[in-house]
Amino acid sequence: MMANGVEKMKKIVILGATSGIAVEVERLLARQGYELLLVGRSPQRLQELRADLLTRGAATVAVYGADLASVQQHADLFDFVQHTFSDYDTVLSAYGSMHEQKDSETSVDVLLEELQVNFVSATAILTLFAADLEQRRTGCLAVITSVAGDRGRRSNYVYGSAKGALSLFLQGLRARLHTAGVRVITIKPGPVQTSMTDHLPNSARFARPEQVARDIVRALERRSPDVLYTPKIWRYIMTGVRQIPETIFKRLSF
Amino acid sequence: MSGQSATALRRQTRPQIATTRVLSWGRYPKTAHTHVHRPAWNDQVPEILASAAADSLLSRGLGRSYGDSCLNGGRELIDCRRLNRILGFDDASGIVRCESGVTLSDIIDISLPRGWFLPVTPGTCFVTVGGAIANDVHGKNHHRAGTFGSHIRQIGLHRSNDGLVACSSLENADMLRATIGGLGLTGVIAWADLQLKRVAGPWIDADSIPFQSLGSFLDLSRDSDGHFEYTVAWLDCFSGRNPRGVFFRGNHAESCGKEFRPKRGPQVPFPPPAWMLNRHSVRAFNNAYYKLHARRKGVAVVPYDSFFYPLDSVRQWNLLYGKQGFLQYQCVIPETNLEAIEELLDRVARSGMGSFLGVLKQFGSAPSAGMLSFPRPGLTIALDFSMRGERTLQLMQSLDEVVQQSGGALYPAKDARMSPALFEASFPRWRSFVPYIDPKMSSSFWRRVTGAR
Repeated sequence: MMANGVEKMKKIVILGATSGIAVEVERLLARQGYELLLVGRSPQRLQELRADLLTRGAATVAVYGADLASVQQHADLFDFVQHTFSDYDTVLSAYGSMHEQKDSETSVDVLLEELQVNFVSATAILTLFAADLEQRRTGCLAVITSVAGDRGRRSNYVYGSAKGALSLFLQGLRARLHTAGVRVITIKPGPVQTSMTDHLPNSARFARPEQVARDIVRALERRSPDVLYTPKIWRYIMTGVRQIPETIFKRLSF
Repeated sequence: MSGQSATALRRQTRPQIATTRVLSWGRYPKTAHTHVHRPAWNDQVPEILASAAADSLLSRGLGRSYGDSCLNGGRELIDCRRLNRILGFDDASGIVRCESGVTLSDIIDISLPRGWFLPVTPGTCFVTVGGAIANDVHGKNHHRAGTFGSHIRQIGLHRSNDGLVACSSLENADMLRATIGGLGLTGVIAWADLQLKRVAGPWIDADSIPFQSLGSFLDLSRDSDGHFEYTVAWLDCFSGRNPRGVFFRGNHAESCGKEFRPKRGPQVPFPPPAWMLNRHSVRAFNNAYYKLHARRKGVAVVPYDSFFYPLDSVRQWNLLYGKQGFLQYQCVIPETNLEAIEELLDRVARSGMGSFLGVLKQFGSAPSAGMLSFPRPGLTIALDFSMRGERTLQLMQSLDEVVQQSGGALYPAKDARMSPALFEASFPRWRSFVPYIDPKMSSSFWRRVTGAR
């Protein structure tokens, strides 16, 4: 920990708390005595998760059931946070969806749902929290996007474009909140073994969620970096992938 | 937050070709599965059961069964590892409620700092609670505490035909007895209540004594049963009829000033070439191991993990046996039949095919909790054999003769090749278990030994 009086963050709101990566992050935070507010769709799953985190050492765990993809529900959620968890200092957004790319090529409904969940709704809820933290001139917004957002690929460009757009949104937000002393962390995991990726080929070789969670928690507790690639090798892989000229890239099949 | 529609679509288009390779701990046999379900929440399990064909599914934990009891070749698996939430722990009573994919290591992590420990633990803590129930595992304290299943107070069981069923000694007691030792065939365990036991801390007063014959082992074992909670012996399986070995015994230590630090050992990165593990290198290892312990004999206070889980310190040690994998042979033979045990050890020694791990333990007389539980009064012997094709299988068949004639039994959790006849001899009442099998479930092991579809 640095000597210049960095405040230890202890109260965290987790959006999409039942997602595979989020669960592992919460377990690490629980062991460190964080107070958590878990937001997710299924009240039953949130209760099971709450019991687990309390058993593993969390100080307090509050839960709130909401479908974050539905922007209409954001105001109530934000109200709840203001009333019961107002002195939170960190928000981690970990929700998202990944349909089969083929489905969003043939169905505009699936396409729009993918963009709504991964991009539109995320910017909406983050805007509420950003304004609050900006006014309080403290805190941290950490958002899970994806390495898939660094380059549009044939096999995954709808998910990729939503996550890429979210990364761009966070770039601007970071610059805006920087002057208020609010941190914005863009978390870009490579492929991870969770329910979201089980249908992809070779999913057994993906990173383990525990490993990604360790990197995320470390980033939350330090002042750097602004953009976290996890596992770390993806920073180098994506640096390479971004250099490939479009005229070659369009002929690649991955 | 993937949409239901896409999930359903995926299921329809899933190819029915067995391409997903999943192995057991012994890495033999090599099997392919058509699909592996990975539910992350208990509410997803009923849909998996409902949409499956008859006899198509098997629930699986960390896959530490050695043979094919955790495999379902050509069909589907339900991997329960993500069902790993600890739903509650009562500090006063020591009862922990957990989902089936919680590992024994997880339970130790939350309970030992509060003065509670597993009532029974096998030789590795990297097994799931579901797996420990399904194989009704035993440990070094079998003579005192019986099997793992006898400390299960209640379970919730997903059944394809009647939903989530609570089973305890008060309701659905038969289904509980079937599920304990039921090899994952009775349904998917949603949660289980496990009664832990009070301990003073993480330390064990351990004692090791070299011995040079079966008779002296039995004397040691009988002497120790009254005073020691834990007893087990390591055996040099090259020494034949008059085996030499090291007898380990221990009790939980009252207190100790030392600071406890859990260790994390190296990992075997890949299977080494087969020639590295030959009769000379293994014989030399066994010789060195015996000499080391003969010199170090005596009393010491040791951390619980090095006492209970010495092999866990080398992660993926199963890879040491190379690409072909290995077989473990664990049998129990009645104590009245010492000649049979000597004959068995003699056949192993003469074959020259023995390996590092020879384990000998005297079971107690407590009745096991499950219909198909393996532990019963007698001496249990566990031996590893590197898989070298036909001659390995022939040796094991010749051991089968000894076991069957002695009135003994073989342990399904370790088996990949026993004959239906030996299974019948080991578990003569298996037919009364059949009505409790979930109609959607089956396993490679079960089809092999019973001829089921």
